[in-house]
Parts: sequence; structure tokens; C-alpha cells
Amino acid sequence: MSDAAAAPTGPTSTAAPLPNTTHARWVGFRTIIRREFERIIRIWGQTIVPSAVTATLYFVIFGALIGRRIGPMGGVDYMQFIAPGLIMMAVITNSYANVVSSFFGAKFSKHVEELLVSPLPNWVIVLGYVGGGVVRGLLVGVVVTVISLLFAKLAIHHLLLIAGAGLLTAIVFSLGGFLNAMFAKNFEQVNWIPSFVLTPLTYFGGVFFSIALLPAWAQKLSYANPILYMVNAFRYGFLGTSDVNVATAFGLMTAFAAAMFVIAVLLMNRGVGMRE
Amino acid sequence: MHALSAQGLVKTYKNGVQALKGVDLDVEQGDFFALLGPNGAGKTTLIGIATSLVNKTGGRLEVFGHDIDRDLEAAKACIGVVPQEVNFNFFETPLEIVVNQAGFYGIDRRIAKQRAEHYLRKLALWDRRHSISRGLSGGMKRRLMIARALVHEPRLLILDEPTAGVDIEIRRSMWDFLREINAQGTTIILTTHYLEEAETLCRDIAIIAGGRIVERDRMASLLRRLKSEVFVLNLRDAVASVPRIEGYSMTRIDDHTLEVEVSKEQSLNGIFVRLASQGIEVVSMRNKVNRLEEIFMRLVDGRQGARP
Repeated sequence: MSDAAAAPTGPTSTAAPLPNTTHARWVGFRTIIRREFERIIRIWGQTIVPSAVTATLYFVIFGALIGRRIGPMGGVDYMQFIAPGLIMMAVITNSYANVVSSFFGAKFSKHVEELLVSPLPNWVIVLGYVGGGVVRGLLVGVVVTVISLLFAKLAIHHLLLIAGAGLLTAIVFSLGGFLNAMFAKNFEQVNWIPSFVLTPLTYFGGVFFSIALLPAWAQKLSYANPILYMVNAFRYGFLGTSDVNVATAFGLMTAFAAAMFVIAVLLMNRGVGMRE
Repeated sequence: MHALSAQGLVKTYKNGVQALKGVDLDVEQGDFFALLGPNGAGKTTLIGIATSLVNKTGGRLEVFGHDIDRDLEAAKACIGVVPQEVNFNFFETPLEIVVNQAGFYGIDRRIAKQRAEHYLRKLALWDRRHSISRGLSGGMKRRLMIARALVHEPRLLILDEPTAGVDIEIRRSMWDFLREINAQGTTIILTTHYLEEAETLCRDIAIIAGGRIVERDRMASLLRRLKSEVFVLNLRDAVASVPRIEGYSMTRIDDHTLEVEVSKEQSLNGIFVRLASQGIEVVSMRNKVNRLEEIFMRLVDGRQGARP
């Protein structure tokens, strides 16, 4: 032992913090986020590099090669138009993927029990995993932003809106990943939602084009796609133009985040997918 | 106040299996308590309810007076659990696993690191603290789970077959460590298939079978209830036939080995005296079956009614 203070004080000690204090919960929350961050860094080849490579390919192919023939979009250069969309796509994909893989992995190998037996309330556990997803989503978002600067000149119209839209989107999709992981019984079910729901919605969510190009019926249909609001709110922060009302977009993102958080905590309280 | 108190605990799984059929059980503070039973008896379900990994169907359970229905967080804070199956992240190191677990219990990182060092050293894992835990041996993994369960200094430590698959040397050192922890005031509930382990370590015992507690007593009282024991005697010289000793049932196993059943009213001295008078010298002896194992089998199999 390094020093006398390091010696445990025994089970009857009063030195240990009370489990239900705000401080103890804050420590627990930080511990989950720290563990998630260490995981992201430990497997950086799976968590950070793929999105960076994908974004570079998109910029080269859709921006530099095809983009030149497309011309301006939404009143700006096509490269400038798609850059915010591609950053947002990285945020969406990574925040979702982080939570769904980490939480399902914890269920699969049973180390989620480390948290379930602890006195941490379920809402703190949900917040911790969501925090981990937000960290990865925003970290990869920053990496893709740096890459985009090699291809496009990014103007900043409203920094707070950029940060707010990025953060809310990361929260919503982290919660989506959490819910997916709760219900998933195998790895196939972990991949099902990203492949068949998330990717199509993202591609039709205004990442590569303005919905003004679509026929009227398709435009109406697009308004049912929540990703359209996220991408456009984020793009508005850069370009000052949007296909949707920005206030509505922020309202929807906040409502989605709140509703999904409540659902996740209620399901955790019932032990769905975890307790028999 | 009991360390653990269950009243009318019932658990019926979705598939209809009734794992617990009204379990009443009190474990005193400071006890070293054995919870024994055959596979599928309900031990792990009972532990799962106490640690909130299993939802109960009915009944009540309190941990140091904290009802798990009303005061779950406080109840959980009192418990450290070592599960039957390895359940840590194989890609994390022992140090990360133990320090993080302390964090989940609200312990600041500086203190968590100090305690992790203490328990990892105690359990001979400090040298492997930076190893990826997947590469640890079976015994190391078990010890790591004990260190993890102790890092928040629980008042109640629940060990679900902690020494399964652990070699005898490490098992003995784990026994010494658990005795030390218990002497410091931690209540311990132990389930094990090594009945010698339960007999050696535990002061109180409950036997669960078919979802019900079929026996609950002091270990010493239970062992005293054995009506007879069978001893194996190793002889210095060969015997051609079974020696005739009145009042004792004796069997010849081979030239140098006899088995004798001794009831509570009889004494071993009587056997030795009579064998010596026939020129037969006993060089060593042992119980044929562990005493607790004998009682356990009788209770579980119902071979001798409800009482041994």
C-alpha cells in the first residue's frame, strides 16, 4: 500500500459517500462517460477513422468530381452545401453506433450488471451512455469538419445554432441507440435499424440536396423525416439558409430528446431486455 | 436488524417455472452464512432478487432494513456481489474494472484508486493490473470479481460459487481472505458446491431445494444432528477377513482398508481398543463422506425424511 490513507476503512465506516447524494450520482455519471471515452480512444480504428475516410470519399466524389457538374445548391456552392450535411451525418451515425454497440456489448457480455447492481439510478445510467454517444458523435463531427475545410470554405452564420443542433442531434441519436440496444437480442438486431431505417432517412434528410428540388408530394413526405430538421437547423448555422423553420426544428429535436429519454428510463425501470 | 431478511419471497419466470415458492430467510449481521442447494434450487434467483438483477413476483426483501421496493438504492449500496459467471469487460484492465466500479458507487477517483490498489494487492492481482482481463487465468478472474465487489466496502458480500474452478492453493488463500473480511465486520453469504468450503467457513446455513428453504440452522448444530458417520481406516498390516467387533458395522474394502459406521452413541476409542486387542493397528483414518455432504444429500434427496 502506498500510504495509510489508502487503507480501506471497513464496511462500517462512515467515510464512504452516501449512495443517493448528488455528488455520488455525479461521480457515477462521470465514470460512465470516462469509460465510454476510453473505449472510443482504445478502438479508435473502429470509432473515428471509418467516418473520417467515408467523409473524405464523399467530399472527393460528390463534392469535387460530381459536384462541379451540379452547380450551386440552395444559393451556395455545392461543396459548401453538402459539408454541414456530411458533418451531421457523421454525428448521427457515430452517436447512434456508439451507444448501441457499447450498451448491447455490455448486455451481451453481462458487464452491464456492474451498473445494474450499483446504487446509480437508471436515469443516471441512461444519461451516462448518452453522454458517451454525444462525446463520440461530436468528436467525429469535429474530425469531419476539419476534413471538410480541406475541400470547402465554411462560413459561420450562427455558432450557437451549430453547437445546439449538433448537440441535440447527438443526444437524440444516442438515445435511439440506447433504445435499440435495450430491445436487441442479437447482433443482427443491432445492425437492422442503422441499415434499414437510419441510412435511408439520413440520405433523404437533405444531406446531399435541397428538398426544393423534389416534387411537391416528396417534399411533403420529407417533412415527416426528423433528420431533415436536424440537418437543416445545422446547415442554417453555417449558411443562414434552411428548407425548414429553424425554431420548429429545435422544438422537434428537444421534444424527441425529452420523449426518448423518458421512454428509456421507464424501460430501464421495468428492466426490459435486462432483468427477468 | 438483519443483514438480509426475506419474507414470502416468490419468483415465477415467464416460462412458468416457479424458482422461489415463498422463501423466508434471515441472515444476521456479521454472519458467515452458507446458502446451499442443488442446481436449479433457487439460490441464484434469490441472490438475483437481492441484487436487483431479477424482478421478484411476490414477497418482501430487506437489506440492513432497506426494503428493496421502497429504498432500492440504499439497499444496493450495502451489497457487494461476486456472481457465478464472469461478468466484467474482457477488454478492460483489472485496475480499470475495479476503479470504475468504485465510481458507480459514487466513490471519488482518488480514493477509488487507493482502494483498488489495496484489494488488488490483497488478492495478488496488482502485478497484472494493466493486463487485458481476457488474458487472466480462471482463478485470477474470480479474484478480480472479489476485488471489484469489495471496492465500495459493502456491509454484505454475496459470493455465488466464488471458488468454482479455482485450484486448491488459491482456494485456501481465498478462504483466509474471506475470513479476514468477515472478521472486520462484513456479513458474507456464500453459495458453493464445495461443501467442505461451507463447513470450514460458515457459522450458519440454509439449504434450499425446489424453491423452498428446507433447513436453516447453525452449522455446528446441523452437523451434530448426523446420527452416524462412516470412517475409512487404513491398517498397517493386511487383514484376510472383516474383524468381528460387536455393536459396530464394519466392511473390508481391501487388505489394508476397513470401513466402519459409528453412531452418535458410540466412540472411536472403542473401535481402536478392540482392533488393537486383535492385533490390528490403524495408521490413519478419514471420513468417508464430508459430514455436511452427508446431511445435504439426505435433505435434498429426502432419503431420511426431513431431518438427518
